Amino acid sequence: MALQSLDIKRRSATTTPSPQARETLEVAKLIDVSACIGCKACQAACMEWNDIREEVGTNVGVYDNPNDLTAHQWTVMRFDEVETDDGGLEWLIRKDGCMHCEDPGCLKACPSPGAIIQYSNGIVDFHEENCIGCGYCITGCPFNVPRISKQDGKAYKCTLCSDRVAVGQAPACAKVCPTGAIQFGSKEKMKEYAETRITDLKERGYDNAGLYDPAGVGGTHVMYVLHHADKPALYHNLPKDPTISPTVSLWKGITKPLAMAALGAAALGSLFHYVMKGPNEVSKELEDEMEREDERLRALEKENAK
Amino acid sequence: MIRNPRDIQRYNASERANHWVVGICFILLALSGLAFFHPAFFPLTQLFGSPTWTRILHPYIGVVMAVFFLIMTLRFARLNYIAQRDIEWLKRVGEMVNGDDHNMPEQGKYNGGQKMLFWGLVLGMSLITITGVLMWRSWVTVPVGVIRVASVVHAAAAVFMIGLIIMHVYAAIWTKGTIRAMLYGTVTRAWAKQHHRAWYRQVTGDKR
Ligand code: HEM
Ligand code: SF4
Ligand code: SF4
Ligand code: SF4
Repeated sequence: MALQSLDIKRRSATTTPSPQARETLEVAKLIDVSACIGCKACQAACMEWNDIREEVGTNVGVYDNPNDLTAHQWTVMRFDEVETDDGGLEWLIRKDGCMHCEDPGCLKACPSPGAIIQYSNGIVDFHEENCIGCGYCITGCPFNVPRISKQDGKAYKCTLCSDRVAVGQAPACAKVCPTGAIQFGSKEKMKEYAETRITDLKERGYDNAGLYDPAGVGGTHVMYVLHHADKPALYHNLPKDPTISPTVSLWKGITKPLAMAALGAAALGSLFHYVMKGPNEVSKELEDEMEREDERLRALEKENAK
Repeated sequence: MIRNPRDIQRYNASERANHWVVGICFILLALSGLAFFHPAFFPLTQLFGSPTWTRILHPYIGVVMAVFFLIMTLRFARLNYIAQRDIEWLKRVGEMVNGDDHNMPEQGKYNGGQKMLFWGLVLGMSLITITGVLMWRSWVTVPVGVIRVASVVHAAAAVFMIGLIIMHVYAAIWTKGTIRAMLYGTVTRAWAKQHHRAWYRQVTGDKR
């Protein structure tokens, strides 16, 4: 979704700085997992606002519906039944989707200039008109979020409703949540609000309640309040310490300019070798030898023809 | 074209065609691949119609190249077995690069450098083909960890091979009278005797 009016902080496959003189407020969406009842109103609101519909699929025995993110389903409620230490049962429901990383692996991996951009308010957005459909963003994302559409071969994901945020509206999913489990505002405010929720949870016996704002990706602009922040994996394998994979950093890091310099040196080195050492020609001596042989044979032929 | 009937045939028409199919595919793959490799090369996508077309076409060209390279490998592998004299030659490659090939040990159809290039390309092509297929999201789905490693190896193999090919092309330009071997198949006797004396003796029966 393109919305050029927002200030751009970073742009995929671009080696010079993006316009960033203007500072805008950093925003964040806070998902309070402990207050979510799994009604999927947010999922429905996302489909409504963005006008996207996934085809009706098949039930695989869980409440997740559809059972994965798709190019037409940018958020999915993940349901996990977890046995507690004292033999009880907990039903953990996490709203899955793009985390809007401060250091986005998708943007780092994308080879197409301007297909992925990060606004100065922190939202990471795909500009599908520039997308070539290579899927590098999926390779780079630590949260397995982007999906390539079977229809048009472009990558899609949650936009954090950049179009709504640009005009001062909260994301559709936040607006519609009946329990207030999805909050939206400045990142600062959201962290403050999360603190009050965490204090409350701790008072109610969730000693490990905490905020999920992983530092490994520079923090995220979608954060969770978790009752078990020490074990994020309980929530449908939410990574404990997500970072851009070292393999991706190696692939997209300093190795690229170094490799280009090496190839440039090989090409230039060849040219200068030619200029300084001259071509490797057949020696005059050998050429004359063959010439004499040619002439001898020609003379012999004439002799025979007589 | 027969300039001198005593010229020596080095490649037949089918071998030459095979080589050029691989060569053309390689150039197209290098240009399209480099476009994704670094933003500085992204404008190369315009050579292929559009950025998206470049992404679509690259792997298909890759498959064509892989098939023809395999055929070429089967054709030339035996001629590229490394022998003692190749090792001698490689040890003294510095003299050659310095432009003085007078004392180089005599060579068969291929010298040690050419053989190293051949095996280097066999290695590179194997790696790049396997990893390229693993990265091909239109047809292949593998775990993301595998794709990440494949992406690094694919890019590294590409740089390795483009480097080898720069050397390969330069060696052909540097050594006068070589390019015609791949264009119309023949080399002069003097060329053969100077650069590949053992092969020259073998094909001409000339004992000197
Ligand atoms: C069977 C052979 C090959 C296959 C199947 C293949 C496939 C791929 C695929 C799927 C991609 C990702 C972009 C896309 O979807 O188009 C890619 C990228 C690339 N390919 Fe290939 N390829 C092959 C051979 C080659 C060769 C011979 C070269 C170099 C001469 C090459 C150089 C590259 C480069 C430089 C990239 C970009 C890597 C990066 O982003 O860092 N490929 N290839
Ligand atoms: S979660 Fe994935 S897709 Fe979303 S910003 Fe982070 S890296 Fe990009
Ligand atoms: S699929 Fe599109 S958005 Fe994703 S990395 Fe490729 S060009 Fe960028
Ligand atoms: S922020 Fe907007 S796009 Fe993202 S999940 Fe919510 S409604 Fe969907």
